[in-house]
Amino acid sequence: MMSPFLADGLIPLAKILAVILYPMLMVIVMIWLERRIVAWIQGRIGPNRVGFQGILQPFADAVKLFFKEDIVQRRADRFLFNISPVLVMFSTLLAFCFLPLGEPFRIGDYTLTLWVARSPVGLLLVLGLSSISVFGVIFGGWASNSKYPLLGALRSVVQVLSYEIPVGLTVLTVVFLARSMDLVRIVERQQESGVWYGFLLPVSFLVFWISAIAETNRAPFDLPEAESELVAGYHTEYSGMKFAFFYMAEYAHMVLASSLVVILFFGGWLPPFPGVKAFAFFGAVPGFVWYLVKIMFFLYLYVWIRATFPRYRFDSLIRLVWKWLIPLSLVNLLVVAGLRFLL
Amino acid sequence: MPDRIADAPRLEDVLRVLEGRFSEAVAGHDFAKGELTVRVRTERLADVLRFLKAEQGFAALQDMIGLDRGPETAAGSKRFAVLYQVYRPADRVRLRISVDADEAEGLPSAVAVWKSADWAEREIFDMFGLRFAGHPGLRRIYLDEAFDGHPLRKDFPLQGRSGGL
Amino acid sequence: MAFKEIALNMGPQHPSTHGVLRLKLAVDNEVVISLEPVLGYLHRGMEKLWENLTYTQIVPLTDRLDYLAALSNNLGFVLAVEKLAGIEVPKRGQVLRVVLAELQRLASHLAWVGFQANDIGAMSVLLYGFEARERILDLFEEYVGARLTVHGIRIGGVPRDFDPAFVRKIERTLDGLPAKLRDIELLLNENRIWKERTQGVGVITAAEAVDFGLTGPPLRATGTRWDIRKDVPYSSYEDFEFDVPLGSAGDVYDRYLVRMEEMRQSLGIVRQALARLPDGDFTAKVPRILRIPPAEVFHTIEAPKGELGFYIRSNGTDKPERVKMKSPSFINLMSLAHMSRGNLFSDVIGILGSLDIVLGEIDK
Repeated sequence: MMSPFLADGLIPLAKILAVILYPMLMVIVMIWLERRIVAWIQGRIGPNRVGFQGILQPFADAVKLFFKEDIVQRRADRFLFNISPVLVMFSTLLAFCFLPLGEPFRIGDYTLTLWVARSPVGLLLVLGLSSISVFGVIFGGWASNSKYPLLGALRSVVQVLSYEIPVGLTVLTVVFLARSMDLVRIVERQQESGVWYGFLLPVSFLVFWISAIAETNRAPFDLPEAESELVAGYHTEYSGMKFAFFYMAEYAHMVLASSLVVILFFGGWLPPFPGVKAFAFFGAVPGFVWYLVKIMFFLYLYVWIRATFPRYRFDSLIRLVWKWLIPLSLVNLLVVAGLRFLL
Repeated sequence: MPDRIADAPRLEDVLRVLEGRFSEAVAGHDFAKGELTVRVRTERLADVLRFLKAEQGFAALQDMIGLDRGPETAAGSKRFAVLYQVYRPADRVRLRISVDADEAEGLPSAVAVWKSADWAEREIFDMFGLRFAGHPGLRRIYLDEAFDGHPLRKDFPLQGRSGGL
Repeated sequence: MAFKEIALNMGPQHPSTHGVLRLKLAVDNEVVISLEPVLGYLHRGMEKLWENLTYTQIVPLTDRLDYLAALSNNLGFVLAVEKLAGIEVPKRGQVLRVVLAELQRLASHLAWVGFQANDIGAMSVLLYGFEARERILDLFEEYVGARLTVHGIRIGGVPRDFDPAFVRKIERTLDGLPAKLRDIELLLNENRIWKERTQGVGVITAAEAVDFGLTGPPLRATGTRWDIRKDVPYSSYEDFEFDVPLGSAGDVYDRYLVRMEEMRQSLGIVRQALARLPDGDFTAKVPRILRIPPAEVFHTIEAPKGELGFYIRSNGTDKPERVKMKSPSFINLMSLAHMSRGNLFSDVIGILGSLDIVLGEIDK
């Protein structure tokens, strides 16, 4: 019997530390990966001087930003201005608490679960928490007391809110199949049915993935913050560490979105062909390694898309979601619900 | 390259038409290096230009060139000249209309005839100080509004003038 | 609902105005009502300067006009001087000039496609275009020692002959280009996002274009067949076979297609030129101090940006009385206001890019 001190004290504490460090570590890896992959696609090298193959570059950037002067407008709303980066980071990190990283495994007679918290409505909580970051965006744009960040923030908010709808609708189809909103249960159900939901619900997967890119303000949906535009985005007036927070929060949000895609559609920590006996040897690799591999694949996809496609103009972006993605996901929902009812 | 205008029939045609229609306005012509320059009197300039575009098919104004004869121009002749380089795309005919001007009188604006005259006239105003009556917004184009002087005039020193703008 | 008009300012420092250009915009709910360019930030008084320099001294300064296509400026000027002075360039010199001018057109259009794509968000194309351009700049560097302000066409001909090794080098560079063009086209031509951002944007009709004095690819994109290399040929262009690509819609997309096809045609012209290089001198004998008796001349060429022209008036001395440059970018920029009206202000950058302007040429 493990001592209560460990089971109820130290281990949860360690998990909380992990849920802060894990996204931060992923962010650091992502910053490096993005610059190297984009450079490779463009026929360049990318950072390769700071540390081995440039691996310390993100640290160098963080240190530089740390030492930058923190400029705040005289007439900016100080409280909102300061709290926006915190809000954006905080909501994203909090959502990570509910993400399961792998199967629970036993140490002696103690079962170590690879999540901080488990809730029967975990999916809803994750989506809800990640939506709080929108407040950070609008506060930041407003508090900057400047025309262009405000316009950029408004555009960002409209974009994020519009794309929440297809996210919700496609996620519902997964809930129909899994009969649960518990993220751990969803993965277990994929194991029971022997196939990842992405193959059963291809339309949901595609619509969800496109919406996820738009939710995270990434290319080709990054107009609100593109440099070649007049309006430079809600984080124009931010400098130093506050800007770093926005920057890191964007990457953390990317990791969160990728994690959701993997859990909902790609079997979470499950190996490929989970029910098939012939491929049982995949199980030799621990679950969380599969999970990480899959997340890295989607993060690579993020970078690849960014380096390839031109940017959507704002009105095309909104037209896309309202004329195409939402009707498509509605129809998809009806079809899945109908099939579930019949079968 | 034709030496005489008789060897450039299309240009000769244009010249004859102009001389016929605007006999009092055409002050003369030059033909050299295969190019025809027709000198037009200031008073009929607007009519000539309009005629060339509307009835002779010179759809494009390629350039407007300002010239300064210098501050010691003899009394009786005007200090400046403006050249209109026009082009008829249908048969690739190029024509140069030359008109004299002085600062006091200026010239009529050609913007109503060819939109491309807009900035060309602003440039001549900026560099020479010649005004174009009827231009939709005659102001300097390169130099600052507060600049004093017109640099392409012969009496403006190459090094510029000291003392601020 | 009240009519709200917002005044916006772009530049003179802006990542996408392609130089120091200031645009004053008035927008109503994202739609452009009016646009006024403010020029002169790069005005160096070239025309005044030229009145005080000899004809030979002026040639290297012409590099600095359209600095992305220096050889075109050189060619435009020296052809006008040669017409004025009655200098005949030997056939070999003329064909070598064609090779250099078309290579320069390739380099200029490659830089253009990179900038245009980058402004609309396809950042990798910037690198692909510039990488291909580097190969051509290497050729210039080997030829006369300069990549950007080349000064590789002089009065009377070209500064040096091409030896067979250099010719082979050019051919090898040309061999590598079609694949790079194909890469760019694969990324952009049928890309739905690219088409949404460029089709129907910045439209101008053929008649309006001619009235505004538009020349070059923006004019040809409206369907107007106008290419000085065909219409009023110079420097032995009449001996070469090539097509003049035309568009139809007069929008940003057609301008892109026209320039991409022009690059292919330039490749063809250079190959034809190298295959049948005539023997003879590469330059005419030009007196060291070139004095030209009083005369005037106006000569234009088809530069990558449009119709580039020089009016020169000589006065019997070794310095010109007046030189006026007809700048294609200057005239093309005039129609930006007309093209942008009614479009969203997010598109202004795209339209400006499609005109392919260079501030050095605009401001002189």
